[in-house]
Amino acid sequence: MFRNQYDTDVTTWSPAGRLFQVEYAMEAVKQGSAAIGLRSKTHVVLASVNKSNSELSSHQKKIFKIDNHIGVAIAGLTADGRVLSKYLRSECINYSFTYESPLAVGRLVVQLADKAQVCTQRSWKRPYGVGLLVAGLDESGAHLYYNCPSGNYFEYQAFAIGSRSQSAKTYLERKFESFSNSSRDDLIKDALFAIKETLQGEKLTSSICTVAVVGLEEDFHILDQKTIQEFIELLEIREEAPVQEEAGQEEAGQEEAGAAMQEDAEVPPPAPMDIGDL
Amino acid sequence: MERIEGLLGPEDNKSHTLSPYVTGTSVLGLKYKDGVLMAADMGGSYGSTLRYKNVERVKPVGKHSLVGASGEISDFQEIMRYLDELILYDNMWDDDNSLGPKEIHNYLTRVMYNRRNKFDPLWNSLVVGGVKNGKKYLGTVSMLGVHYEDDHIATGFGNHLARPILRAEHSNDMSYEDAVKLLEKCMLVLLYRDRSAINKLQISNITEEGVTISQPYSLKTFWGLSAFKDPTKGAQGSW
Repeated sequence: MFRNQYDTDVTTWSPAGRLFQVEYAMEAVKQGSAAIGLRSKTHVVLASVNKSNSELSSHQKKIFKIDNHIGVAIAGLTADGRVLSKYLRSECINYSFTYESPLAVGRLVVQLADKAQVCTQRSWKRPYGVGLLVAGLDESGAHLYYNCPSGNYFEYQAFAIGSRSQSAKTYLERKFESFSNSSRDDLIKDALFAIKETLQGEKLTSSICTVAVVGLEEDFHILDQKTIQEFIELLEIREEAPVQEEAGQEEAGQEEAGAAMQEDAEVPPPAPMDIGDL
Repeated sequence: MERIEGLLGPEDNKSHTLSPYVTGTSVLGLKYKDGVLMAADMGGSYGSTLRYKNVERVKPVGKHSLVGASGEISDFQEIMRYLDELILYDNMWDDDNSLGPKEIHNYLTRVMYNRRNKFDPLWNSLVVGGVKNGKKYLGTVSMLGVHYEDDHIATGFGNHLARPILRAEHSNDMSYEDAVKLLEKCMLVLLYRDRSAINKLQISNITEEGVTISQPYSLKTFWGLSAFKDPTKGAQGSW
Protein backbone atom coordinates (compact mmCIF):
# COMPACT_ATOMS: atom_id res chain seq x y z
CA MET A 1 0.00 0.00 0.00
CA PHE A 2 2.66 2.51 1.01
CA ARG A 3 5.54 1.35 -1.16
CA ASN A 4 8.61 3.49 -1.41
CA GLN A 5 8.04 5.83 -4.36
CA TYR A 6 11.69 6.81 -4.70
CA ASP A 7 13.51 3.55 -5.16
CA THR A 8 12.50 2.43 -8.63
CA ASP A 9 15.59 3.75 -10.34
CA VAL A 10 19.06 4.78 -9.31
CA THR A 11 18.86 8.38 -10.42
CA THR A 12 15.79 9.44 -8.44
CA TRP A 13 16.37 11.35 -5.22
CA SER A 14 14.17 10.87 -2.21
CA PRO A 15 13.01 14.13 -0.58
CA ALA A 16 15.32 13.28 2.29
CA GLY A 17 18.27 13.42 -0.10
CA ARG A 18 18.89 9.71 -0.44
CA LEU A 19 19.41 7.42 -3.40
CA PHE A 20 17.68 4.22 -2.36
CA GLN A 21 18.96 2.01 -5.17
CA VAL A 22 22.51 2.90 -4.22
CA GLU A 23 21.77 2.10 -0.61
CA TYR A 24 20.28 -1.25 -1.63
CA ALA A 25 23.47 -2.03 -3.51
CA MET A 26 25.42 -1.25 -0.35
CA GLU A 27 23.18 -3.77 1.43
CA ALA A 28 24.22 -6.44 -1.07
CA VAL A 29 27.77 -6.08 0.24
CA LYS A 30 26.56 -6.87 3.76
CA GLN A 31 24.84 -10.04 2.55
CA GLY A 32 28.01 -11.59 1.13
CA SER A 33 30.29 -13.68 3.29
CA ALA A 34 32.93 -11.73 5.19
CA ALA A 35 36.23 -10.45 3.83
CA ILE A 36 38.86 -8.67 5.87
CA GLY A 37 42.10 -6.87 5.22
CA LEU A 38 44.88 -5.42 7.36
CA ARG A 39 48.30 -3.94 6.75
CA SER A 40 51.65 -3.19 8.27
CA LYS A 41 54.23 -0.83 6.81
CA THR A 42 55.49 -3.58 4.54
CA HIS A 43 52.72 -6.12 4.06
CA VAL A 44 49.00 -6.35 3.42
CA VAL A 45 46.96 -9.44 4.22
CA LEU A 46 43.51 -10.26 2.85
CA ALA A 47 41.31 -13.02 4.20
CA SER A 48 37.81 -14.22 3.40
CA VAL A 49 35.22 -16.71 4.57
CA ASN A 50 34.28 -19.37 2.07
CA LYS A 51 30.62 -20.31 1.97
CA SER A 52 29.27 -22.89 -0.42
CA ASN A 53 25.63 -22.83 -1.45
CA SER A 54 25.06 -26.50 -0.88
CA GLU A 55 26.76 -29.58 0.44
CA LEU A 56 27.34 -30.67 -3.14
CA SER A 57 28.94 -27.50 -4.50
CA SER A 58 32.30 -25.92 -4.01
CA HIS A 59 32.58 -22.37 -2.66
CA GLN A 60 33.05 -19.32 -4.86
CA LYS A 61 36.42 -17.63 -5.14
CA LYS A 62 36.51 -14.41 -3.16
CA ILE A 63 40.12 -13.30 -3.47
CA PHE A 64 41.60 -12.38 -6.81
CA LYS A 65 45.12 -11.55 -7.91
CA ILE A 66 45.09 -8.39 -10.03
CA ASP A 67 48.80 -7.99 -10.69
CA ASN A 68 52.03 -9.00 -8.97
CA HIS A 69 51.64 -6.10 -6.55
CA ILE A 70 47.83 -5.88 -6.15
CA GLY A 71 45.03 -8.21 -5.08
CA VAL A 72 41.38 -7.84 -4.06
CA ALA A 73 38.97 -9.53 -1.71
CA ILE A 74 35.26 -9.16 -2.45
CA ALA A 75 31.95 -9.34 -0.62
CA GLY A 76 28.59 -9.18 -2.34
CA LEU A 77 27.69 -10.30 -5.84
CA THR A 78 30.61 -12.47 -6.91
CA ALA A 79 29.72 -12.03 -10.57
CA ASP A 80 30.09 -8.24 -10.28
CA GLY A 81 33.31 -8.76 -8.39
CA ARG A 82 34.72 -10.82 -11.23
CA VAL A 83 33.80 -8.18 -13.79
CA LEU A 84 35.54 -5.49 -11.74
CA SER A 85 38.58 -7.73 -11.21
CA LYS A 86 38.83 -8.16 -14.95
CA TYR A 87 38.72 -4.37 -15.36
CA LEU A 88 41.42 -3.88 -12.72
CA ARG A 89 43.62 -6.50 -14.35
CA SER A 90 43.36 -4.87 -17.74
CA GLU A 91 44.16 -1.43 -16.30
CA CYS A 92 47.27 -2.84 -14.62
CA ILE A 93 48.50 -4.68 -17.67
CA ASN A 94 47.95 -1.67 -19.92
CA TYR A 95 49.93 0.49 -17.53
CA SER A 96 52.78 -2.02 -17.46
CA PHE A 97 52.77 -2.14 -21.25
CA THR A 98 53.18 1.62 -21.53
CA TYR A 99 55.50 2.33 -18.61
CA GLU A 100 57.03 -1.06 -17.79
CA SER A 101 56.32 -0.40 -14.11
CA PRO A 102 53.50 -1.25 -11.69
CA LEU A 103 50.44 0.97 -11.45
CA ALA A 104 50.13 2.84 -8.14
CA VAL A 105 47.43 1.27 -5.94
CA GLY A 106 45.82 4.60 -5.06
CA ARG A 107 45.45 5.52 -8.72
CA LEU A 108 43.90 2.19 -9.64
CA VAL A 109 41.41 2.58 -6.81
CA VAL A 110 40.35 6.02 -8.05
CA GLN A 111 39.73 4.60 -11.52
CA LEU A 112 37.65 1.82 -10.00
CA ALA A 113 35.68 4.26 -7.87
CA ASP A 114 35.00 6.45 -10.91
CA LYS A 115 33.69 3.42 -12.77
CA ALA A 116 31.37 2.57 -9.87
CA GLN A 117 30.20 6.17 -9.56
CA VAL A 118 29.02 6.31 -13.18
CA CYS A 119 26.55 3.54 -12.37
CA THR A 120 24.90 5.75 -9.76
CA GLN A 121 24.20 8.50 -12.27
CA ARG A 122 22.81 6.67 -15.31
CA SER A 123 19.15 5.66 -15.54
CA TRP A 124 19.89 2.59 -17.67
CA LYS A 125 22.50 1.16 -15.33
CA ARG A 126 22.57 -0.45 -11.92
CA PRO A 127 25.27 -0.02 -9.30
CA TYR A 128 27.72 -2.88 -8.78
CA GLY A 129 26.55 -5.02 -5.87
CA VAL A 130 30.00 -5.68 -4.57
CA GLY A 131 32.46 -4.25 -2.09
CA LEU A 132 36.16 -4.63 -2.78
CA LEU A 133 39.09 -4.60 -0.41
CA VAL A 134 42.05 -3.62 -2.56
CA ALA A 135 45.46 -4.53 -1.16
CA GLY A 136 48.70 -3.53 -2.78
CA LEU A 137 52.23 -2.26 -2.60
CA ASP A 138 53.75 0.61 -4.58
CA GLU A 139 56.55 3.18 -4.27
CA SER A 140 54.58 5.03 -1.57
CA GLY A 141 54.27 1.88 0.56
CA ALA A 142 51.68 -0.75 1.45
CA HIS A 143 48.01 0.18 1.04
CA LEU A 144 44.58 -1.15 1.86
CA TYR A 145 41.51 0.43 0.29
CA TYR A 146 37.80 -0.26 0.47
CA ASN A 147 35.71 0.46 -2.63
CA CYS A 148 31.94 0.40 -2.35
CA PRO A 149 29.01 0.40 -4.83
CA SER A 150 28.29 4.09 -4.20
CA GLY A 151 31.58 5.06 -5.83
CA ASN A 152 33.16 6.03 -2.55
CA TYR A 153 36.55 4.71 -1.52
CA PHE A 154 38.50 4.87 1.73
CA GLU A 155 41.99 3.95 2.82
CA TYR A 156 42.28 1.78 5.92
CA GLN A 157 44.82 0.32 8.29
CA ALA A 158 42.44 -2.63 8.72
CA PHE A 159 38.86 -3.25 7.64
CA ALA A 160 36.19 -5.92 7.36
CA ILE A 161 33.19 -6.19 5.04
CA GLY A 162 30.38 -8.68 4.50
CA SER A 163 28.05 -10.58 6.78
CA ARG A 164 28.86 -10.47 10.49
CA SER A 165 31.87 -8.32 9.72
CA GLN A 166 31.07 -6.13 12.75
CA SER A 167 32.66 -8.60 15.14
CA ALA A 168 35.79 -8.74 12.99
CA LYS A 169 35.84 -4.93 12.89
CA THR A 170 35.60 -4.82 16.68
CA TYR A 171 38.59 -7.15 16.91
CA LEU A 172 40.58 -5.10 14.41
CA GLU A 173 39.68 -1.81 16.10
CA ARG A 174 41.00 -3.19 19.37
CA LYS A 175 44.33 -4.20 17.86
CA PHE A 176 45.02 -2.03 14.81
CA GLU A 177 47.52 0.28 16.52
CA SER A 178 50.08 -2.51 16.67
CA PHE A 179 49.61 -3.61 13.05
CA SER A 180 51.93 -0.96 11.63
CA ASN A 181 55.02 -2.73 12.96
CA SER A 182 53.67 -6.28 12.82
CA SER A 183 55.59 -9.01 11.06
CA ARG A 184 54.02 -10.69 8.07
CA ASP A 185 53.21 -13.82 10.05
CA ASP A 186 51.60 -11.82 12.86
CA LEU A 187 49.39 -10.07 10.32
CA ILE A 188 48.23 -13.44 9.03
CA LYS A 189 47.47 -14.59 12.57
CA ASP A 190 45.46 -11.44 13.25
CA ALA A 191 43.64 -11.94 9.96
CA LEU A 192 42.68 -15.45 10.98
CA PHE A 193 41.57 -14.22 14.40
CA ALA A 194 39.37 -11.59 12.75
CA ILE A 195 37.90 -14.23 10.43
CA LYS A 196 37.24 -16.46 13.42
CA GLU A 197 35.24 -13.66 15.03
CA THR A 198 32.84 -13.61 12.07
CA LEU A 199 32.21 -17.34 12.28
CA GLN A 200 30.36 -17.01 15.60
CA GLY A 201 31.38 -20.25 17.21
CA GLU A 202 31.80 -22.26 14.04
CA LYS A 203 35.19 -23.98 13.93
CA LEU A 204 37.88 -22.20 11.92
CA THR A 205 39.48 -24.57 9.42
CA SER A 206 41.64 -24.02 6.40
CA SER A 207 38.81 -25.15 4.13
CA ILE A 208 36.48 -22.41 5.35
CA CYS A 209 38.81 -19.48 4.69
CA THR A 210 41.18 -18.05 2.08
CA VAL A 211 44.21 -15.94 3.00
CA ALA A 212 46.40 -13.89 0.65
CA VAL A 213 49.51 -11.78 1.21
CA VAL A 214 51.38 -9.06 -0.63
CA GLY A 215 54.45 -7.26 0.65
CA LEU A 216 58.01 -6.12 0.14
CA GLU A 217 59.82 -8.77 -1.88
CA GLU A 218 56.68 -10.89 -1.87
CA ASP A 219 54.32 -10.85 -4.84
CA PHE A 220 50.60 -11.12 -4.18
CA HIS A 221 49.64 -14.74 -3.69
CA ILE A 222 46.97 -16.83 -2.07
CA LEU A 223 48.32 -19.09 0.68
CA ASP A 224 47.81 -22.80 0.16
CA GLN A 225 45.55 -24.75 2.52
CA LYS A 226 48.40 -26.54 4.23
CA THR A 227 50.10 -23.28 5.19
CA ILE A 228 46.84 -21.82 6.50
CA GLN A 229 46.17 -24.96 8.53
CA GLU A 230 49.59 -24.59 10.16
CA PHE A 231 48.77 -21.03 11.13
CA ILE A 232 45.40 -22.08 12.52
CA GLU A 233 47.04 -24.75 14.66
CA LEU A 234 49.38 -22.11 16.08
CA LEU A 235 46.39 -19.97 17.02
CA GLU A 236 44.77 -22.88 18.80
CA ILE A 237 47.90 -23.52 20.85
CA ARG A 238 47.92 -19.85 21.84
CA GLU A 239 44.26 -19.92 22.82
CA GLU A 240 44.49 -23.06 24.92
CA ALA A 241 47.45 -21.74 26.92
CA PRO A 242 46.70 -20.07 30.26
CA VAL A 243 46.62 -16.28 30.19
CA GLN A 244 49.79 -15.63 32.22
CA GLU A 245 51.81 -17.84 29.92
CA GLU A 246 50.55 -16.19 26.79
CA ALA A 247 53.59 -13.99 26.21
CA GLY A 248 55.98 -16.92 26.38
CA GLN A 249 53.76 -19.02 24.18
CA GLU A 250 53.60 -16.28 21.61
CA GLU A 251 57.35 -16.26 21.24
CA ALA A 252 57.48 -20.02 21.01
CA GLY A 253 54.70 -19.86 18.49
CA GLN A 254 56.65 -17.44 16.38
CA GLU A 255 59.70 -19.65 16.35
CA GLU A 256 57.59 -22.58 15.37
CA ALA A 257 55.99 -20.61 12.57
CA GLY A 258 59.44 -19.63 11.33
CA ALA A 259 60.48 -23.25 11.16
CA ALA A 260 57.24 -24.43 9.64
CA MET A 261 57.01 -21.67 7.08
CA GLN A 262 60.69 -21.60 6.13
CA GLU A 263 60.58 -17.84 6.61
CA ASP A 264 62.60 -15.79 9.05
CA ALA A 265 60.63 -14.03 11.73
CA GLU A 266 63.04 -11.09 11.65
CA VAL A 267 61.72 -7.55 11.47
CA PRO A 268 60.94 -6.95 7.79
CA PRO A 269 62.87 -4.25 5.91
CA PRO A 270 61.16 -0.84 5.96
CA ALA A 271 58.77 0.13 3.17
CA PRO A 272 59.94 2.82 0.75
CA MET A 273 57.67 5.39 2.40
CA ASP A 274 59.16 4.71 5.83
CA ILE A 275 62.81 4.85 4.90
CA GLY A 276 62.92 8.62 5.34
CA ASP A 277 61.87 8.30 8.98
CA LEU A 278 64.75 6.07 10.01
CA MET B 1 36.17 10.19 -62.82
CA GLU B 2 34.88 10.11 -59.30
CA ARG B 3 37.46 9.09 -56.74
CA ILE B 4 36.74 5.72 -55.16
CA GLU B 5 36.87 5.67 -51.36
CA GLY B 6 40.33 4.32 -50.57
CA LEU B 7 40.99 0.94 -49.08
CA LEU B 8 42.81 2.55 -46.20
CA GLY B 9 39.77 4.57 -45.18
CA PRO B 10 40.15 8.13 -43.91
CA GLU B 11 43.93 7.82 -43.61
CA ASP B 12 44.23 7.12 -47.33
CA ASN B 13 45.04 10.62 -48.50
CA LYS B 14 46.86 11.74 -45.38
CA SER B 15 50.35 12.94 -46.12
CA HIS B 16 53.20 11.67 -44.01
CA THR B 17 56.61 13.09 -43.21
CA LEU B 18 58.77 11.53 -45.88
CA SER B 19 62.00 13.14 -44.80
CA PRO B 20 63.14 15.49 -42.07
CA TYR B 21 63.47 19.25 -42.67
CA VAL B 22 65.19 20.95 -39.76
CA THR B 23 67.48 18.56 -37.94
CA GLY B 24 69.80 18.48 -34.99
CA THR B 25 72.90 16.31 -34.93
CA SER B 26 74.38 14.01 -32.24
CA VAL B 27 73.39 13.85 -28.59
CA LEU B 28 75.78 12.29 -26.07
CA GLY B 29 74.88 10.91 -22.67
CA LEU B 30 76.81 9.19 -19.92
CA LYS B 31 76.47 8.04 -16.33
CA TYR B 32 78.93 9.40 -13.76
CA LYS B 33 79.38 9.27 -9.98
CA ASP B 34 76.43 11.48 -8.99
CA GLY B 35 74.05 11.05 -11.90
CA VAL B 36 73.79 11.45 -15.65
CA LEU B 37 75.30 14.04 -18.01
CA MET B 38 74.10 14.85 -21.52
CA ALA B 39 75.67 17.04 -24.20
CA ALA B 40 74.31 18.40 -27.46
CA ASP B 41 75.17 21.34 -29.69
CA MET B 42 72.58 23.98 -30.53
CA GLY B 43 72.55 23.73 -34.31
CA GLY B 44 69.45 23.23 -36.42
CA SER B 45 70.23 22.30 -40.01
CA TYR B 46 67.79 23.05 -42.82
CA GLY B 47 68.96 20.27 -45.10
CA SER B 48 72.69 20.91 -45.11
CA THR B 49 72.34 24.62 -44.36
CA LEU B 50 73.13 25.56 -40.76
CA ARG B 51 69.91 27.54 -40.48
CA TYR B 52 69.35 27.82 -36.68
CA LYS B 53 72.05 28.30 -34.06
CA ASN B 54 70.10 28.48 -30.80
CA VAL B 55 68.08 25.27 -30.52
CA GLU B 56 67.90 23.67 -27.07
CA ARG B 57 67.94 19.95 -27.73
CA VAL B 58 68.03 18.65 -24.17
CA LYS B 59 64.98 19.29 -21.96
CA PRO B 60 63.98 18.30 -18.43
CA VAL B 61 60.93 16.00 -18.07
CA GLY B 62 59.47 15.98 -14.57
CA LYS B 63 61.81 15.90 -11.58
CA HIS B 64 63.80 12.82 -12.44
CA SER B 65 64.48 12.83 -16.19
CA LEU B 66 66.18 14.53 -19.10
CA VAL B 67 65.35 13.96 -22.75
CA GLY B 68 67.74 14.85 -25.57
CA ALA B 69 66.94 14.65 -29.26
CA SER B 70 68.68 14.49 -32.57
CA GLY B 71 66.77 14.48 -35.83
CA GLU B 72 63.70 16.50 -36.84
CA ILE B 73 63.37 19.47 -34.47
CA SER B 74 59.61 19.94 -34.97
CA ASP B 75 58.99 16.28 -34.13
CA PHE B 76 61.03 16.77 -30.95
CA GLN B 77 58.83 19.74 -30.10
CA GLU B 78 55.76 17.55 -30.54
CA ILE B 79 57.30 14.84 -28.35
CA MET B 80 57.93 17.48 -25.67
CA ARG B 81 54.25 18.45 -25.85
CA TYR B 82 53.31 14.80 -25.18
CA LEU B 83 55.78 14.56 -22.31
CA ASP B 84 54.77 17.85 -20.69
CA GLU B 85 51.12 16.77 -20.78
CA LEU B 86 52.10 13.38 -19.36
CA ILE B 87 53.97 15.01 -16.47
CA LEU B 88 51.11 17.46 -15.87
CA TYR B 89 48.60 14.62 -15.49
CA ASP B 90 51.06 12.70 -13.33
CA ASN B 91 51.44 15.71 -11.03
CA MET B 92 47.67 16.22 -10.88
CA TRP B 93 47.35 12.95 -8.93
CA ASP B 94 49.22 14.80 -6.19
CA ASP B 95 50.29 11.56 -4.49
CA ASP B 96 53.68 10.12 -3.60
CA ASN B 97 54.07 8.43 -6.98
CA SER B 98 55.87 9.90 -9.96
CA LEU B 99 57.15 8.86 -13.37
CA GLY B 100 60.87 8.16 -13.42
CA PRO B 101 63.32 7.96 -16.33
CA LYS B 102 62.54 4.26 -16.86
CA GLU B 103 58.83 5.00 -17.30
CA ILE B 104 59.53 7.97 -19.62
CA HIS B 105 61.88 5.83 -21.72
CA ASN B 106 59.33 3.05 -22.04
CA TYR B 107 56.55 5.51 -22.88
CA LEU B 108 58.68 7.07 -25.63
CA THR B 109 59.48 3.61 -26.99
CA ARG B 110 55.74 2.95 -27.32
CA VAL B 111 55.12 6.31 -28.99
CA MET B 112 57.98 5.92 -31.48
CA TYR B 113 57.11 2.33 -32.40
CA ASN B 114 53.43 3.18 -32.71
CA ARG B 115 54.19 5.99 -35.12
CA ARG B 116 56.50 3.90 -37.24
CA ASN B 117 53.69 1.32 -37.51
CA LYS B 118 51.53 4.08 -39.01
CA PHE B 119 54.30 4.65 -41.54
CA ASP B 120 54.51 8.17 -40.10
CA PRO B 121 57.53 8.07 -37.82
CA LEU B 122 58.71 10.80 -35.51
CA TRP B 123 62.10 11.42 -37.15
CA ASN B 124 64.30 11.39 -34.07
CA SER B 125 66.85 9.50 -32.05
CA LEU B 126 66.13 10.24 -28.41
CA VAL B 127 68.29 9.88 -25.33
CA VAL B 128 66.61 9.56 -21.93
CA GLY B 129 68.65 10.01 -18.78
CA GLY B 130 67.79 10.44 -15.15
CA VAL B 131 68.13 9.51 -11.50
CA LYS B 132 65.35 8.26 -9.26
CA ASN B 133 65.61 6.74 -5.78
CA GLY B 134 69.38 6.61 -6.14
CA LYS B 135 69.25 4.66 -9.40
CA LYS B 136 70.89 6.14 -12.47
CA TYR B 137 69.23 5.48 -15.80
CA LEU B 138 70.35 6.07 -19.37
CA GLY B 139 68.62 4.80 -22.47
CA THR B 140 67.84 5.59 -26.09
CA VAL B 141 65.06 5.14 -28.65
CA SER B 142 65.30 5.45 -32.40
CA MET B 143 62.65 6.58 -34.88
CA LEU B 144 61.77 2.90 -35.41
CA GLY B 145 61.26 2.20 -31.74
CA VAL B 146 64.54 0.36 -31.31
CA HIS B 147 65.55 0.91 -27.70
CA TYR B 148 68.29 -0.04 -25.26
CA GLU B 149 69.97 1.02 -22.03
CA ASP B 150 73.69 1.57 -21.60
CA ASP B 151 76.23 3.35 -19.40
CA HIS B 152 77.05 5.76 -22.22
CA ILE B 153 75.06 6.55 -25.31
CA ALA B 154 75.45 8.61 -28.47
CA THR B 155 73.07 9.20 -31.37
CA GLY B 156 73.83 9.68 -35.07
CA PHE B 157 77.41 10.54 -35.94
CA GLY B 158 78.27 10.35 -32.26
CA ASN B 159 77.61 6.63 -32.41
CA HIS B 160 80.56 6.31 -34.79
CA LEU B 161 82.89 9.02 -33.49
CA ALA B 162 82.18 9.39 -29.77
CA ARG B 163 81.31 5.86 -28.64
CA PRO B 164 84.85 4.48 -29.26
CA ILE B 165 86.29 7.26 -27.08
CA LEU B 166 83.62 6.66 -24.43
CA ARG B 167 84.28 2.92 -24.44
CA ALA B 168 87.97 3.56 -23.87
CA GLU B 169 87.74 6.28 -21.23
CA HIS B 170 84.34 6.14 -19.50
CA SER B 171 83.66 4.67 -16.09
CA ASN B 172 80.47 4.80 -14.00
CA ASP B 173 82.19 6.26 -10.94
CA MET B 174 84.07 9.09 -12.68
CA SER B 175 83.84 12.56 -11.13
CA TYR B 176 81.71 15.38 -12.52
CA GLU B 177 84.81 17.26 -13.74
CA ASP B 178 86.25 14.20 -15.50
CA ALA B 179 82.87 13.41 -17.07
CA VAL B 180 82.51 16.96 -18.42
CA LYS B 181 86.06 16.81 -19.82
CA LEU B 182 85.30 13.51 -21.53
CA LEU B 183 82.09 14.88 -23.06
CA GLU B 184 83.93 17.97 -24.30
CA LYS B 185 86.60 15.78 -25.85
CA CYS B 186 83.90 13.85 -27.72
CA MET B 187 82.08 17.01 -28.75
CA LEU B 188 85.33 18.44 -30.11
CA VAL B 189 85.92 15.37 -32.28
CA LEU B 190 82.36 15.67 -33.54
CA LEU B 191 82.87 19.36 -34.23
CA TYR B 192 85.96 18.57 -36.32
CA ARG B 193 84.51 15.67 -38.30
CA ASP B 194 80.70 16.13 -38.40
CA ARG B 195 79.80 18.87 -40.85
CA SER B 196 76.42 19.55 -39.15
CA ALA B 197 77.97 20.12 -35.74
CA ILE B 198 78.40 23.70 -34.54
CA ASN B 199 80.65 25.18 -31.88
CA LYS B 200 77.92 26.13 -29.43
CA LEU B 201 76.82 23.51 -26.96
CA GLN B 202 75.09 22.88 -23.67
CA ILE B 203 75.86 20.26 -21.06
CA SER B 204 72.95 19.08 -18.92
CA ASN B 205 73.37 17.48 -15.54
CA ILE B 206 70.81 15.46 -13.60
CA THR B 207 71.38 14.18 -10.08
CA GLU B 208 69.18 13.26 -7.12
CA GLU B 209 69.08 17.02 -6.39
CA GLY B 210 67.59 17.93 -9.77
CA VAL B 211 68.39 19.25 -13.22
CA THR B 212 70.88 21.92 -14.29
CA ILE B 213 71.35 22.85 -17.93
CA SER B 214 74.46 24.93 -18.64
CA GLN B 215 74.54 28.20 -20.53
CA PRO B 216 75.63 27.75 -24.15
CA TYR B 217 79.40 27.86 -24.63
CA SER B 218 82.12 27.12 -27.18
CA LEU B 219 85.07 24.76 -27.23
CA LYS B 220 88.60 25.89 -28.00
CA THR B 221 89.57 24.59 -31.41
CA PHE B 222 92.93 24.12 -33.12
CA TRP B 223 92.87 23.67 -36.88
CA GLY B 224 96.64 23.53 -37.38
CA LEU B 225 96.80 19.74 -37.01
CA SER B 226 98.45 18.02 -39.96
CA ALA B 227 95.35 15.92 -40.47
CA PHE B 228 93.48 19.08 -41.43
CA LYS B 229 96.05 20.21 -44.02
CA ASP B 230 95.32 19.48 -47.68
CA PRO B 231 91.95 17.85 -46.94
CA THR B 232 91.53 16.45 -50.45
CA LYS B 233 94.82 14.58 -50.43
CA GLY B 234 94.11 10.93 -51.10
CA ALA B 235 90.52 11.63 -52.01
CA GLN B 236 90.80 13.63 -55.17
CA GLY B 237 87.69 14.19 -57.26
CA SER B 238 87.49 13.92 -61.03
CA TRP B 239 87.44 17.69 -61.36
